[in-house]
Amino acid sequence: MTAKQKINIALGRLPAWLLYATAVIPPVWLLYLGQTGGLGVEPIKELEHRLGELALQLFIVTLAIRPLRDWSGINLLKQRRALGLITFFYVTLHLLVWLVLDVGILSEIWADIVKRPYITVGMAAFVLMIPLAITSNNRSLRKMGPKRWKNWHKLTYPAAVLGALHFVMLAKGFQIEPLIYLGITLLLLAARFRLPRKAAMA
Amino acid sequence: MAGRYQSDLTRNDVTPRAAWLNRRQLIASGASSLALASIAGPAAASLGAKKTDYGQDLVPNTLEEISSYNNFYEFGTDKGDPARYAHMLTTEPWSVDIDGLVDKPGTYSFDDLLDGMTLEERIYRFRCVEAWSMVIPWVGFELADLLEKVGVQDGARYVAFETAVRPDEMPGVRRPTIEWPYREGLRLDEAMHPLTIVATGIYDEPMPNQNGAPIRLVVPWKYGYKSIKSIVRISLVADQPETSWNMLQPREYGFYSNVNPNRDHPRWSQKTERKIGGGLFSRRIDTLMFNGYEEEVAGLYEGMDLIENH
Repeated sequence: MTAKQKINIALGRLPAWLLYATAVIPPVWLLYLGQTGGLGVEPIKELEHRLGELALQLFIVTLAIRPLRDWSGINLLKQRRALGLITFFYVTLHLLVWLVLDVGILSEIWADIVKRPYITVGMAAFVLMIPLAITSNNRSLRKMGPKRWKNWHKLTYPAAVLGALHFVMLAKGFQIEPLIYLGITLLLLAARFRLPRKAAMA
Repeated sequence: MAGRYQSDLTRNDVTPRAAWLNRRQLIASGASSLALASIAGPAAASLGAKKTDYGQDLVPNTLEEISSYNNFYEFGTDKGDPARYAHMLTTEPWSVDIDGLVDKPGTYSFDDLLDGMTLEERIYRFRCVEAWSMVIPWVGFELADLLEKVGVQDGARYVAFETAVRPDEMPGVRRPTIEWPYREGLRLDEAMHPLTIVATGIYDEPMPNQNGAPIRLVVPWKYGYKSIKSIVRISLVADQPETSWNMLQPREYGFYSNVNPNRDHPRWSQKTERKIGGGLFSRRIDTLMFNGYEEEVAGLYEGMDLIENH
């Protein structure tokens, strides 16, 4: 057995519940920090930004799973659904912090969504992710059939681009970091269309 | 001449030193309130600023809040970058070039600038365009006093300012976040207004580097970015000068940049703001026209469309 096979077997044994349980830790930790001064003197914005950043990072990890298998043979496809759901969980928390803690005024929230392009774009990404989260279970997969289910789940791609774009648009001045996120996201999407899929035959 | 402006605010008790000493120092010293008197506090010398009536009804933010949450892109775009890196800035010696339409142009050392000026404490609201705010007990003198000292010539209608650019001491300027140097400007009557000050300190102590040491502008009725930091050049000019954020995004940032809850900024609603320091569950408060200085400054803009001229 090659090292790669060993890795894949070990990864295959990694239970989803462990991922979900781990995913709860960072937000709880951030809330604790926010309450105890660990997020600085403006904890609301800091919490909002950290959750948004975590969501983008997880989105990138989720998108990287297939190219990773194609290029290296390391197979994390089994964990991809859990990672996608955790991404959605972080996006939802990010949105909730903005809605409840940051703005908190209903009329202002709506005005912001409609008037401020970076918020419109962020909200669009969230909305696109809702059907994906709802159908991320075996029953939906069976009901929809694999082909339709797969097609639906390609909504991930525009959602990822909009999420990264949301970050780029809210930066003031010329800033590198958001562009790196957008660049990686686009590269991972491009990888899906250009690379020979030799792993598909394996 | 200091004290041109007479405030009708009542004088409350001076903020006790203990109220703004940052928590970390209190905890580190294990202080009970009895031990407070023995704490040396930040080891800086008192500037001996004259107390004034400005903002005695306001609750100032702590020094920790004021000096740990800053926008000073010369040191990086993160709010914590200025506190992290501004110690690299050499503020002694410091000089400011004053040029353009003035009687006495030249390079003024920090001491030259302060010569003949009366340092006053001014407790002002500070409103960032990003919809957060603070209350800051500045120490400074009126810009009008400095302009009178250097002699403003006929024909000067605007004042332009520039921040230092030192790649060795300011890691942020090595990146093209905006076009350096940072530039700001005021109409001459705004510059001469008694609320407009040149600040050299906070809480009666020398200005922390991250807040724009050693010398910065404070224009309390305008968004924070107008209050340019670490000034190295002041020019009296005939035409409206270019200002950094306006150069970058004219639709978002106007020349005037008066705090105006009715003018919708494309990025942030300006109707409300959050005062820093309220923790995780602090609510937004209404933003005031001209940041609460309407009575004093509205006259400067009589007959002007403040939405058009934002």
